[in-house]
Amino acid sequence: MDHRNYIGLVIIAVIIAFIPTLVKNDYYIGILVFTALNCLTALGLCLLMGYAGQISLGHAAFFGLGAYSTAILTVNLGWSPWIAMGAGACLTAVIALIIGVPALRLKGHYLAMATLGFGAIVNIVFVAAVGLTGGPSGISGIPQLNFLGIELNTDKSFFYFSWAVVILGLFLALNLIHSRVGRGLRAIHDSQEAASSLGVNTSKYKIKIFVLSAAYASVAGSLYASFINYIDPGPFDVMHSVLLVVMVAVGGMHNIWGAMIGAVLLSILPEFLSALSDYFGGIGIAYKSDYDMLIYGGILLVIMLFLPGGLYEGIQRLLQASRNLINRFKMRAFS
Amino acid sequence: MAQPILQLIDLCKNFGGVVALDHLNIQVEKGSITSIIGPNGAGKTTIFNLITGIVNRSSGKVYYNNEDISGLKPHMIAEKQIARTFQNVQVFPQMTVLENVMVGRHVKSHLGFILSSLIPPFFRIEEKRIREDAHQCLSIAGLSHLAQKKAGSLPLGNQRQLEIARALAVEPKLLLLDEPASGLNSRETYNMGKLIQKIKEMDITIVLVEHDMELVMDISDKVNVVNFGRSLASGDPSEIQANADVIAAYLGT
Repeated sequence: MDHRNYIGLVIIAVIIAFIPTLVKNDYYIGILVFTALNCLTALGLCLLMGYAGQISLGHAAFFGLGAYSTAILTVNLGWSPWIAMGAGACLTAVIALIIGVPALRLKGHYLAMATLGFGAIVNIVFVAAVGLTGGPSGISGIPQLNFLGIELNTDKSFFYFSWAVVILGLFLALNLIHSRVGRGLRAIHDSQEAASSLGVNTSKYKIKIFVLSAAYASVAGSLYASFINYIDPGPFDVMHSVLLVVMVAVGGMHNIWGAMIGAVLLSILPEFLSALSDYFGGIGIAYKSDYDMLIYGGILLVIMLFLPGGLYEGIQRLLQASRNLINRFKMRAFS
Repeated sequence: MAQPILQLIDLCKNFGGVVALDHLNIQVEKGSITSIIGPNGAGKTTIFNLITGIVNRSSGKVYYNNEDISGLKPHMIAEKQIARTFQNVQVFPQMTVLENVMVGRHVKSHLGFILSSLIPPFFRIEEKRIREDAHQCLSIAGLSHLAQKKAGSLPLGNQRQLEIARALAVEPKLLLLDEPASGLNSRETYNMGKLIQKIKEMDITIVLVEHDMELVMDISDKVNVVNFGRSLASGDPSEIQANADVIAAYLGT
């Protein structure tokens, strides 16, 4: 069972290697970079939500803290983007620790409210602390990353790099899930009482996974800042936190691959929808881009109604059904 | 007299204005099966929750091997090799039967967050050992054939067995069983009794909270009767069955 997950890693690596030969358009490669960053954040969030069972509606704040750390440290202080990324992750981890210790005493809706409030406050700080963050006009001129002498200045090079980071993040997450720590986290999800009676230090574990989850988001944020070289508070608002939770839920919370599927789907879906609007425009139907959100919401509604376990579970059920069908045909052929 | 492994001394617990335990004294001898019986609401489960640190006592002491363990956190109690099951079964329903028991090996393994995320499971010696130990616990409880099933899909009888297998994985010296036969049919109850006796032979002291009097009288070395949070009587099963107070309060005629 374990090794199948690791084969999945190799498959992703192969797909990633071939994508630029199929997708020539830089715009779409750029979309796939954002997809990678969403995947990275969703991975961390999935560890927290799907495995440890603790919700966070403040992950966009951690994503933003990473991005702003990189921006401020590189632009204002002239630090190397790598050191800035590390410092940002450390800072985010410390903030997550400070927030997590009181917040993770709460459960369910109350924890959701607390993290939502935290996310809103951080976003306000991004907007209001003009001296530090540039306020609504943001920070520009964030330097590019240089990986072992290779300047990551094209969409394609950054595409490879960002997905390599995702694969690394997946690798670490898979290792963690299939360990005593991962089982301890899943135990907390199902019953904190039983988990603690078996020796799992539940409060410590919840805080640690919250911090790790925030660090994933922070690294994604730093990469985001290095990729687009300019940030403002816009992408780090509460709506983005909600979108991240939706990604994890739509894909399937209880499995790390589910979070990946959800993140990929919801990152590229808007592009498909805008292509759709072009098509409608072509055949003379007035299509407003506002309808995008309508279709988007409709798709989410249908998925959540009919596949509460997310797309991952849906795919599993589909595979099982087709296997059963094939078996039935085989039986008939032989009888 | 054998050495006590567990002593509850003057234990009190109030939930708001409600007195759940009122200066309760219970002594458990090492190597015995000691039962705690009493009417619903007498405070039996509260006793377990106090020993395992899930709720805090109002006053009194819990001694385990002559060490004061009152007020320790639940995970520290597990480290002291005290394990328990729950009246309202609390298996981890999303995990397989084997994984449930593997969680029980938590205190007997050590890799933390960082090393666990850096080393893949197939390179971890610990992981292999955890798996083998878990299989062994499953076979004691007679669940080996269900190892790969989702725990939530098992019938209640198997879930109760699984909770015991999971508790055994902690390598307990003291095992607290909270109504292990509740909801089981007579055949399952009989098997549960056999399993409990088998565990006693593994040199594990057992404290049993149970309503099935046939089972209690059959396997207990000593029975404590609790009523309104107070000790009403204590003695071997035949003494208890003859005790007039107990008959009036609980057993009936």
